[in-house]
Amino acid sequence: MLRQIEGSRAVAEAVASCRPEVVCAYPISPQTHIVEGLAELVKSGTLAPCEFVNVESEFAAMSVAIGASAAGARAYTATASQGLLYMTEAVFNAAGLGLPIVMTVANRAIGAPINIWNDQSDSMALRDAGWIQLYAETNQEAADLHVQAFRIAEELSTPVMVCMDGFVLTHAWEPVDVPGQDAVDAFLPPYEPRQVLDPAEPSSIGAMVGPEAFTEVRYLGHARLMEALDVVPDVADRFAEAFGRNSGGLTRSYRTEDADTIVVALGSVLGTLKDTVDALRDDGLRVGVLGLTCFRPFPADAVRAAIGHARRVVVLERAFEPGVGGIVTQNVVAAAPAAEIHAVIAGLGGRAITKKSLSRVLREADRLPPLTFLDLDRSLIDRELGRLAAGRRSGPTAENLLRDLGAVASRIG
Amino acid sequence: MAVTPIKFYQTGSFAVGGRLLGDDQRSVQSGRQRINSIDCGHRACQGCGEALGARYALDAAMRATGNRMVAVNATGCLEVFSTPYPETSWRIPWLHSLFGNAPAVATGVAAALKAKGRTDVRVVGQGGDGGTVDIGFACLSGMFERNDDVLYICYDNEAYMNTGVQRSGATPPAARTATTPAVGAEPGAVFGQGKNVPMIALAHEIPYVATATVADLRDLEAKVTRAMEFRGARYLHVLVPCPLGWGSASHDTIRIARLAKESGIFPVFEAEHGEIVATSKIRHRVPVEDYLRRQTRYAHLFGDPPRTDVIEKIQALADRNIRRFALLEEA
Repeated sequence: MLRQIEGSRAVAEAVASCRPEVVCAYPISPQTHIVEGLAELVKSGTLAPCEFVNVESEFAAMSVAIGASAAGARAYTATASQGLLYMTEAVFNAAGLGLPIVMTVANRAIGAPINIWNDQSDSMALRDAGWIQLYAETNQEAADLHVQAFRIAEELSTPVMVCMDGFVLTHAWEPVDVPGQDAVDAFLPPYEPRQVLDPAEPSSIGAMVGPEAFTEVRYLGHARLMEALDVVPDVADRFAEAFGRNSGGLTRSYRTEDADTIVVALGSVLGTLKDTVDALRDDGLRVGVLGLTCFRPFPADAVRAAIGHARRVVVLERAFEPGVGGIVTQNVVAAAPAAEIHAVIAGLGGRAITKKSLSRVLREADRLPPLTFLDLDRSLIDRELGRLAAGRRSGPTAENLLRDLGAVASRIG
Repeated sequence: MAVTPIKFYQTGSFAVGGRLLGDDQRSVQSGRQRINSIDCGHRACQGCGEALGARYALDAAMRATGNRMVAVNATGCLEVFSTPYPETSWRIPWLHSLFGNAPAVATGVAAALKAKGRTDVRVVGQGGDGGTVDIGFACLSGMFERNDDVLYICYDNEAYMNTGVQRSGATPPAARTATTPAVGAEPGAVFGQGKNVPMIALAHEIPYVATATVADLRDLEAKVTRAMEFRGARYLHVLVPCPLGWGSASHDTIRIARLAKESGIFPVFEAEHGEIVATSKIRHRVPVEDYLRRQTRYAHLFGDPPRTDVIEKIQALADRNIRRFALLEEA
């Protein structure tokens, strides 16, 4: 049943319907509403039995999830941005220990300068942590992907990160059909740990491993992630059978069949992109969109199959790798080395990605340099570069830019 | 869990003993039905205080819980010497995650058990002083303030021994480590730095806080047993001499631990709900010099000329402990 509901609340209710037994979290924007919702569901007894642990940091949040999961409980946490980076050591550890923890990342930029708005620098920075990474396009998908995430995680004994754009999705109110308890119970079997801390059958988990076996452990982790390339679409199909909604899987194509330019993207920008593509199609431009729902493991075969016929590919990214360029782009290049591929970095730190800007870039797709920053204010940069060249003590960059923009109320410095 | 015959160890004249006593009066270590939580064949150094401390503490905890216990371990010597893959010395369910998160992982295990209604299985977290006093301190404090149902045991050997003896927040003043070298006008670790975690634990007003040494087996076992009578957060701080890091003879581990207590430099006490309820009185008071002389980490104090000024400052610390914790029997 469709309900007008905030994205975070929809995710909280979807997670609750998966019956997690331990939920732990530290507050960080824009994740907070998700765990506030879960706290209320636990406190009111709606979600029971479940222990809600208020921790002192994100590092502790992931650590509590690790302990809970190893003790045989279904464990969930959520974070964003600095919080995800603060828990990084434990995030890698959860994957190495093969613990099927599910975590929501409410995507947000990484400081400095501090910025609470959306981009995907946080989860992209942890792409090598050994977690499956799924990206939601809409709040309906975000809710549905969480239900699928628990099943995928537990089938593979591998943690899953469900990424949803901060504020754009988490704080947006829109109609969502939150998966019902009975349907989720039928879809998601109880958690059966591959390994468990049990006095009746003691085992040591997390032993030290030397050079003689470490490579093999890593290989097996990789092999399990590659298995996800079958499991993720399979679970999406089963979800579609049970819930009548096709959400999830590896990739989703929109008007790509005859497209000569294909835009590859992930997350909430896909909606804007589809609208842009529709408008450009009306003008006779043959443009299509390939959405990546699964970024880790990278679905190279599916991407190659979807973009192989296009003359050029534009990868639109809400994060980038300083000193290199596009993160997703590199993965697309590796999947389709013969293709003409352009990276467009967009929407950093919450900057709006408008149809106007997207249309302009796509109309000029054949003249795009390898790396473009969408809507980059070149004059602002030139002024700051001039300032930096003029003196060693040129002041703080971010504050200078804000002053140039007239965006600060009082004079700085 | 199957109980298999165990070996007995002789660990010093005041330590094990009691094998001629009846079963009800024996120490856990000399009990015939003792579970060997950590099995022989591990790779600890000869005379390792931490190996002794862990076995004493966990065996006692096993007895107290009827062998229904899960242990969570921080990274460090104890984890490294006990679990070189594919071998393990642990005969209890045991989990190692990271250096700085053992208290939080233990919280997670306790939360899972609670959610599952398993009130019979108890959780023990453990780590060295680095994992407890320094890098894991935030997680430890969080575990305390939530009053999670975990007994956390710190095996304090007063430096980072696993990485080659560097200074930790528990390294005592004037001690030589690889990062507090015995050079300069004020050699060794700095006076007035470091953390007194037992007192910090006390300030959290958790149900139970105690200190102990590996020299007094009965006391250590009694404290673990007492700790397991409480629900909620409990903290046990055990002094475990490290022959490698302290530069002491392997056969002196127990003696040095005893000298730490008898000199007053390591006060042994017990507290419940934020109040000290008992102290172990000094039986044969010794000057700190007797304790310091057996360790090459203090050798620079006994050179030519000797640093009597520094030794006096250490003696003053011991005297302060003796006053503060009333460690001497009233005459």
